Amino acid sequence: MMQVRITDQPIDPAAETVALTRGRSDVGALVAFSGICRDSEDSGKITSLTLEHYPGMAEAEISRHIEEAKARWPLLGARIVHRVGRIVPGEVIVFAACTSKHRMAAFEAAEFLMDFLKTRAPFWKKVESAGAENWVEAKEKDDNAAARWERGAKRKAAE
Amino acid sequence: MKILYFAWLRERVGKAEEDVELPASVKTVADLLRFLTGRGEEYAHAFENAKVIRAAIDKVHVKPDAPIANAREIALFPPMTGG
Repeated sequence: MMQVRITDQPIDPAAETVALTRGRSDVGALVAFSGICRDSEDSGKITSLTLEHYPGMAEAEISRHIEEAKARWPLLGARIVHRVGRIVPGEVIVFAACTSKHRMAAFEAAEFLMDFLKTRAPFWKKVESAGAENWVEAKEKDDNAAARWERGAKRKAAE
Repeated sequence: MKILYFAWLRERVGKAEEDVELPASVKTVADLLRFLTGRGEEYAHAFENAKVIRAAIDKVHVKPDAPIANAREIALFPPMTGG
């Protein structure tokens, strides 16, 4: 089973989710996240997103984070699928899911994987809006979200 | 040395990758950024805000002080915005 996949084809979250539990009865918890292309942002309506990535490094970096997640939580499985190329509103940009015996590990590991994916996996988004194309700027809140998982840091920003 | 560029860095430099002959004085990623800045107008524009630029050596993130001597390829890119 492919843990990490990068594709220029539409992602089907239901099919990806089913694949994590098919043929096994040891899984007690599955947490799945889908990141979806919205049709608007603060500055206006979004026509499309174009995702660029660094082939080879993107897969390797996500795999490193999955290994780190497996070292930190008792996971039974993990899967990340990331879309590249041109995406229109309503389509899935990224799918991330974790399975474990109990829910806490699956919830936390899925959040951990997404936080690191946003700030460390080499993907870049360009947004097409009102006929103009602009590269999306990195957000400080994403860096802060990733930083709370650093060893020794407080576990939750809200604490 | 093989250098790769991504996103707006690629657009500003005008190419996705190139082989660059580096002088011996270019020892770290920070040295490389300074060296590339002097290669022409498009490079000066691409690297004008060098502190935001991230680097990877052989597909692993590195800091500006990382030595580049044994690199096969060095990738330079803006902060990542996937997910």
